[in-house]
Amino acid sequence: MYQIDDLTKTYQQGKRVVRALKGVSLTIGDGELVAVQGPTGGGKSTLLQMLGGLDRPTSGTVKLDGTDLAGMSDAQLTAARAETIGFVFQNFNLIPTLTALENVETALVPAKVPRQTRTARALAALESVGLGDRGDHLPGELSGGQQQRVAIARALVKNPKVLLADEPTGNLDEETRDEIVDLIEGLWKEQGLTIVLVTHDSVVARRTPRRLRIAKGAVKDLTAA
Amino acid sequence: MFFTYLRRELRNRRKQTVVVAIGLAVAIALVIVVNAVSTGVRNAQAEVLESVYGVGTDITVTQASEGPGEGGGPGRFDFGEGEGEAGEDGTRNLAQDRLSTAMGSTSFDAAALESVAGLDHVSGVAATLDLQNMSFSGEMPDFEAMQEGGGPVDLRMDADGSGEGSAGGSSFEIEQFTVTGVDPDAAAVGPLTTATVADGRTLAADDENVAVLDATYATQQELAVGDKITVGGEELEIVGTVTSTTGDDVATASDVYVPLATAQTLADLADQVTDVYVQVDSAENVDAVAAAIEGELPDASVSTQSDLAEGVTGSLSTASDLIGTLGTWLSIIVLAAAFGLAILFTVSGVNRRTRELGTLKAIGWSKGRVVGQVAGESVVQGLIGGVAGLAIGALAVWAINLAGITLSGGTSGGGFMMGGPGGGGGGGAMPAGGGQGAEGGGFGAARPGGLADAASSAVDVALQAPVSLWIVLAAVGLAVLGGLVAGVVGGQRAARLRPVEALRSLA
Repeated sequence: MYQIDDLTKTYQQGKRVVRALKGVSLTIGDGELVAVQGPTGGGKSTLLQMLGGLDRPTSGTVKLDGTDLAGMSDAQLTAARAETIGFVFQNFNLIPTLTALENVETALVPAKVPRQTRTARALAALESVGLGDRGDHLPGELSGGQQQRVAIARALVKNPKVLLADEPTGNLDEETRDEIVDLIEGLWKEQGLTIVLVTHDSVVARRTPRRLRIAKGAVKDLTAA
Repeated sequence: MFFTYLRRELRNRRKQTVVVAIGLAVAIALVIVVNAVSTGVRNAQAEVLESVYGVGTDITVTQASEGPGEGGGPGRFDFGEGEGEAGEDGTRNLAQDRLSTAMGSTSFDAAALESVAGLDHVSGVAATLDLQNMSFSGEMPDFEAMQEGGGPVDLRMDADGSGEGSAGGSSFEIEQFTVTGVDPDAAAVGPLTTATVADGRTLAADDENVAVLDATYATQQELAVGDKITVGGEELEIVGTVTSTTGDDVATASDVYVPLATAQTLADLADQVTDVYVQVDSAENVDAVAAAIEGELPDASVSTQSDLAEGVTGSLSTASDLIGTLGTWLSIIVLAAAFGLAILFTVSGVNRRTRELGTLKAIGWSKGRVVGQVAGESVVQGLIGGVAGLAIGALAVWAINLAGITLSGGTSGGGFMMGGPGGGGGGGAMPAGGGQGAEGGGFGAARPGGLADAASSAVDVALQAPVSLWIVLAAVGLAVLGGLVAGVVGGQRAARLRPVEALRSLA
């Protein structure tokens, strides 16, 4: 799914140059569930941005299904995000003024899916995360776990090839965390998605078949040996 | 999704939406009111001008007075010795009519009419002869008898016109009214174009020695159609009365209208006129024609409608100035403030929604879609403000029209020398209430104190502020523009926003 070669990313932070990724090379196969661990500021989030086409690398290549994201135009990247990549965020990032169902629908807006199909698919996605009866609730009326379920439904409603999750359980209590991990694991098994899960929680990471650790801009595969 | 999201967002930001909409609404309402009132004032000015100069007159040509004594005006009353009928006590009854050009105007050769008519772009001309009729009637003491008696010559006069002189004194009345000789053929231009017939008929082409009276003047003088009026010593039959079309109780430009030829004969001013009214084929040629007339008639004083408008005096001109300067500036300031407010709120809204908008980009919303969403919100805010402003503005204009504000205005300049508000003439010794009556003065000093006939100077015009479709569209357009400007500024910010912002853990 992903073929990453000699990927570097440097930021200018004031006068200081931050080298977030220092020549990372990595392969993620189709249908893999990978956890990425590491200390804060070690480069976890930067790697996720590169995988999701949210930002461009300073050098190196990030090939998604053989196409280098670094060489894409803004419009192509936007299209890739709209069709191929699903995102789940630590803070859920739901649109507060839209209902759960409408939030899921926003993911289908770029694809210009007709309204009726859009609503039906969004409802199905909500049902698959166990919130079929909460479609007309606003995010503020839902618990954290429920909000993250809505966010997962939003990420998956467009049937992406990859699901990228940034600390999806970071804002949840232990019980809810386990529910969400169960859900992601279930969806992975069901749909054969490729999932990259950034987490600092070892409990979460331990449940994934493959674990990577990023520290000081370098990747180490913990399950390789 | 666009409209759902937009509606939810605006409802969620209700306070901001209301503030922005109110700001724009007040600005729009102000624009509407200022525009409507200034249009109303302009119309009122045009009415005043029309009531004096007639409809369709673009240029008037007069000749400036060459100075007292020369410039006409009712001259002296000269009585020869032994004139009049001697009374029993030696006083003499005297009566005399004098008809001459009105004060401040000079007659000139009617040939000017032909030369003006021959100019390019002139579509109509008419000439008038503005005259002032003064009649003297009363009795004079027997001077010889008095001098023999050694008594003082008592020439005291009453100003109230009742004219009872003291014993051995004199008693007389001086009456004056304005007479305008008009050419009945050139009906399209000139002072009678704003007059409608109240009774009888107006002047016809072959009329001679007849008169048409201003209805207000006729009422004052208790004259009616069929009666006679003495003008320049000649009795003319009154064939009709006219009123101004500009409003009830508004006097027309003159008290008495007679055929031009009759006026010229009676005033002994053959082929002489005082005013030439010129109609120009199109507004853009007015200045060129005025210049051509000035070239043709170097002695003439040429006034265009805009010159005349500057001469409109009274509360009308005050209102016009006030609306023109204060109103416009106020509108601009409030409009700028409203625009600024809209921009400020939109930008702060975008800043607050950094993560939200970044998330939309991260899940595949294009830059254009996000910008469109933000701009759409602002435009709808503008639209709400525009509609609200329209309602407020229309209500305010309606209230203004209902309040029945009356503006009073006259004209000054040219040959007309009209008075200001309040109907006062030139500040002379005119008795109040009607402007007709006796004039106190010594022998031979029969020049009227007031330069103008008060009855025809000030014109009261009710302010009617119109709201045109054009200004309605412009006002709503302005509000939407305000929203659009705010949307573009906010949208630009949203466009620059990177999708990475979605990953920021800080809200």
